[in-house]
Amino acid sequence: MEEPVQPLSASIDQAPGVADSAASGSIATYTAGLAFALLLTAASFIVAQTHLLWAPGIPAGLAVLAIAQMGVHLVFFLHIGTGADNTNNVLALAFGVLVVTLVVSGSLWIMANLNANMLPPSVIMEMQR
Amino acid sequence: MSAHAVTGTLPGAMPAPAASGRGPAPVRIVVAYGFWIFLLSDIIMFSALFATYAVLSGQTAGGPSGRDLFELHRVGVQTLCLLFSSYTCGLAVLAIERRRVRAFYVSCALTFVLGATFLGLELSEFAGMIARGAGPSRSAFLSAFFSLVGLHGAHVTAGLLWMCFMVAQTAAKGPRDFVRRRLLCFSLFWHALDIIWVALMTLVYLMGAR
Repeated sequence: MEEPVQPLSASIDQAPGVADSAASGSIATYTAGLAFALLLTAASFIVAQTHLLWAPGIPAGLAVLAIAQMGVHLVFFLHIGTGADNTNNVLALAFGVLVVTLVVSGSLWIMANLNANMLPPSVIMEMQR
Repeated sequence: MSAHAVTGTLPGAMPAPAASGRGPAPVRIVVAYGFWIFLLSDIIMFSALFATYAVLSGQTAGGPSGRDLFELHRVGVQTLCLLFSSYTCGLAVLAIERRRVRAFYVSCALTFVLGATFLGLELSEFAGMIARGAGPSRSAFLSAFFSLVGLHGAHVTAGLLWMCFMVAQTAAKGPRDFVRRRLLCFSLFWHALDIIWVALMTLVYLMGAR
């Protein structure tokens, strides 16, 4: 199987944090990222401190805003994009996200379960008499 | 690296594809990719502390809770400091890539001032809490709070020191390849700290102060 031969100067893997040189005006990228991040931060503070959202939905709203802002940071500041030259960076990120999700959700699940099902320590001490 | 030697060009043949299709990547890409993997492992370490905090955030042992302790206007200023320092850090990398050393120094100075302001605000918050008797030994909630936020603060401190070293290195050696590689890694580190702060601000402060 022969892979299509590309000229050497064409896209090689791209380093994370390096803006695509073809992208016009990298300062513009950072400025756009800053603007989006400021907007999302302001939205987070407004949502947390007002009754704009239905009160039980505020944690979910804050989580959505935080994840959106992390995405903005990844794309505009760390330049983790969707291009073919970025595959390695995205795959590493995906694995990191998987482990973080497992650690956080697994810990919360197990601890909530223990909290609900275990007897209080005083009762256990009583049973051991 | 050895893939190139093994599958290297045969005489008269097309260049054989290596693992990535085209042989070893430049040093800059390998270094930044390795640092990216380190940063992801750092984020995984933070995730364990985030999980700890989320589990323990209600266990105040009769002591003060987040609602009593957190001042959101201070957190807002801290967030702005970190956001703008991320921006100026990006500008510093752009400046050094374009060999504009003076712009690089100015951006670094701004980044340092903003990062130091963030750190000062965090330390004054910690000092105020400890003075009120809400130190890390008061309750499980406060232990988790001080380890999580303190670890982020320690990272910021390390980042500020690293940046001082990088400015000194640029002054001594000029914008050479290895200096620019290290600056790229530093900027990745600084941006990643910002991402962790977003999670921290949301989970600890905004949800905790409600």
